[in-house]
Amino acid sequence: MENEYKLLSGAMVTLALATATLVVVPYIQLSDVKPSEGLHPYTSAQLRGRDQYIKNGCVYCHTQQPRAQAQAPDFKRGWGRAPVAGDYYYDHPHLLGTMRTGPDLLNIGARQPSADWNLGHLYQPRAYTPGSIMPSYPYLFEIKDKAGKGDKVVNLPPAYAPVGQVVVARPEALDLVEYLLALDRTYPVKPPAGETP
Amino acid sequence: MNTTTILLLTFTLSVTGLFVFIWSLRKHLFDDNPAAANVIFSEGEIGRIEEPAATGAQQRALQRAVDATHAPLPAPVNEARLAAELAERVQADKSTAYVTFVFLACAVVWLIIASSAGLISSIKLHQPDFLTDYAWLTFGRIRTLHLNAVAYGWAPMAAFGIAMWTLPRLLKTELMGGRFAILGAMLWNAALIAGLGSIAAGFNDGLEWLEIPWQIDVLFVIGGALIGLPLVFTLQNRRVKHLYVSIWYMGAALFWFPILFLVGNLPSVHFGVEQATMNWWFGHNVLGLFYTPIALASIYYFLPKIIGRPIQSYNLSLLGFWALAFFYGQVGGHHLVGGPVPGWLITLSIVQSVMMVVPVLAFSVNQHLTMRHHFKTLIYSPTLRFIVLGGMMYTLSSVQGSVEALRSINTVTHFTHFTVAHAHLGLYGFFTLVMFGAIYFVMPRVMSWEWPYPSLIALHFWLVVCGFAIYFVGLSVGGWLQGVAMLDASRTFMESVQVTIPYLEARTLGGAVMTLGHVVFAFHFIAMALRYGRRRVGPALFHQRGGAVAASAVAVES
Repeated sequence: MENEYKLLSGAMVTLALATATLVVVPYIQLSDVKPSEGLHPYTSAQLRGRDQYIKNGCVYCHTQQPRAQAQAPDFKRGWGRAPVAGDYYYDHPHLLGTMRTGPDLLNIGARQPSADWNLGHLYQPRAYTPGSIMPSYPYLFEIKDKAGKGDKVVNLPPAYAPVGQVVVARPEALDLVEYLLALDRTYPVKPPAGETP
Repeated sequence: MNTTTILLLTFTLSVTGLFVFIWSLRKHLFDDNPAAANVIFSEGEIGRIEEPAATGAQQRALQRAVDATHAPLPAPVNEARLAAELAERVQADKSTAYVTFVFLACAVVWLIIASSAGLISSIKLHQPDFLTDYAWLTFGRIRTLHLNAVAYGWAPMAAFGIAMWTLPRLLKTELMGGRFAILGAMLWNAALIAGLGSIAAGFNDGLEWLEIPWQIDVLFVIGGALIGLPLVFTLQNRRVKHLYVSIWYMGAALFWFPILFLVGNLPSVHFGVEQATMNWWFGHNVLGLFYTPIALASIYYFLPKIIGRPIQSYNLSLLGFWALAFFYGQVGGHHLVGGPVPGWLITLSIVQSVMMVVPVLAFSVNQHLTMRHHFKTLIYSPTLRFIVLGGMMYTLSSVQGSVEALRSINTVTHFTHFTVAHAHLGLYGFFTLVMFGAIYFVMPRVMSWEWPYPSLIALHFWLVVCGFAIYFVGLSVGGWLQGVAMLDASRTFMESVQVTIPYLEARTLGGAVMTLGHVVFAFHFIAMALRYGRRRVGPALFHQRGGAVAASAVAVES
């Protein structure tokens, strides 16, 4: 080829095709998706918690997209039904994730509804799940001699609690747990046309 | 779509394909060596090796290895013209030296930072209580720092540096407006420092590959545009008629990337599941339409240059270009197989992922045919070792990628470390190795100085190759076992975690060896920049016969 303009126009056409198929058409197709019935907008505490989820990179080990029963035993593991686009109506940015170094979390709020469990698990995952490789998050907690007024003390298994001191959750940890508990898409949805659930 | 439509469509496609094939045969598109493949050589230069990274002894051995397979060429008819062209090339190299050095030096710094961050992340996966006291060192952040330091530091800095050096040579002119590129590099690196700082502090956009806050991305865009300017100016001042295939790949990549980056980072446009499709359109296209074409362009230039033979089938390389441009852009949806996105999109991406076999075969066959009878040259040329191995890794990673996109395989490998191993095969095994090779070729020209310790090049090569072999094999096996365990409802999820531990440890071992290799490389790079070692600039500059002439031509000019 001797003409750079032809080359560049060709290159732009192929990129335009790719953008049309992977960005523009999905944009048009999905822009009229309504929130699923039973899905609630996040509260501000939950949104702050979602921010913590993003800040600490939870998405790099946890997906939020259980697979259909025909494909994988995700449902049998208690991770929930296959989601539809409407389940993510309030998610900005999306946190679908691509790794399952840890389990799927789209319905963690239904699976582990205890705030105490979640707080303790963030402080030291191995206190609850032996062999877990999830990092502990000591910087989301404070170790105090005595809990102050309004402090949320984390109930830890005795072997993991500091001796003579208490572990108090920082607001970041409380927000994050608020968000985790809100992850509950167990309400029923109509499967998208032409697909079996 | 019903079966009849699909059959009809397939039939039409096959018949069209057949006609295209017949047409291309009639147009002699499959002939060996059309003149266009020779444009990177000066008249009479074919048959002469060029390998600045080799020592004098290696160069002579390399030339002998090439001569052994082809009858030595008749003495050039036009010595004077060859001399003039080589002198022009010296001018082209001079014009890029400073700019290229700035980019490559930045690349080396980011390589070391990125490797350290990667190594820490790797250790954390089997030692989860390692360095947990500080937020910025938590796995979710340090892993992201690793990715961004590679994706926006090492990879583009090396790619820009090599492109900046190669394009003036290919266009037979000097680099125009290098000052803009320097300013662009400063902005780009400032943006990256700010971006990594904000990720470490916890401010990020939350999208994989697009973590850096969009406010900082503005700086990248300005910096990138400034880096692009000299390339446009140089293109306008070209003195060649035909644009060699490397220019296609580099030119297209340098225009594709800004569009990808801009669309990907548009704030408050993308939403919900649509954002996920955009996310992987971007994530995969950065690899496919930026790093890959730059590395392919480098192979298409350096490989023939070193062995002094044009590539076997020039038209095959052009076919490879258009097939890559068409198919690669649409493969991103395979990251969402089984996800809540429209079914047609995933099917489309799987089909295009498989079609990627076409450009990959076009390249692989071409590389093999060009190298055939010349594999002995690998012993003597340090650059070639990196580049040829990198090219092979391209074939491997692309074929693996095509297979991995198939639903049945993807169900196992999706969400596991297998994907991470695959990503590293592409960006490390292919891209990074090719860049290492290219840097070894380019730096002696940039510095007018030979690599001070040739044995360190070999050490670097074996460290990164062995390290990466451990890394890749370990992580692939571990990832596969993890995927199989996860699909077995009778095994707990924790089993899928435990089964990976020894392989994650192997990955740390491999990663540490690779990092050690990078330290060796960085040390050698610094030694080169400070002009350590004996003064051995003779053979580095040009192959002997042309060398004497070129050197005298320079002497006359200066």
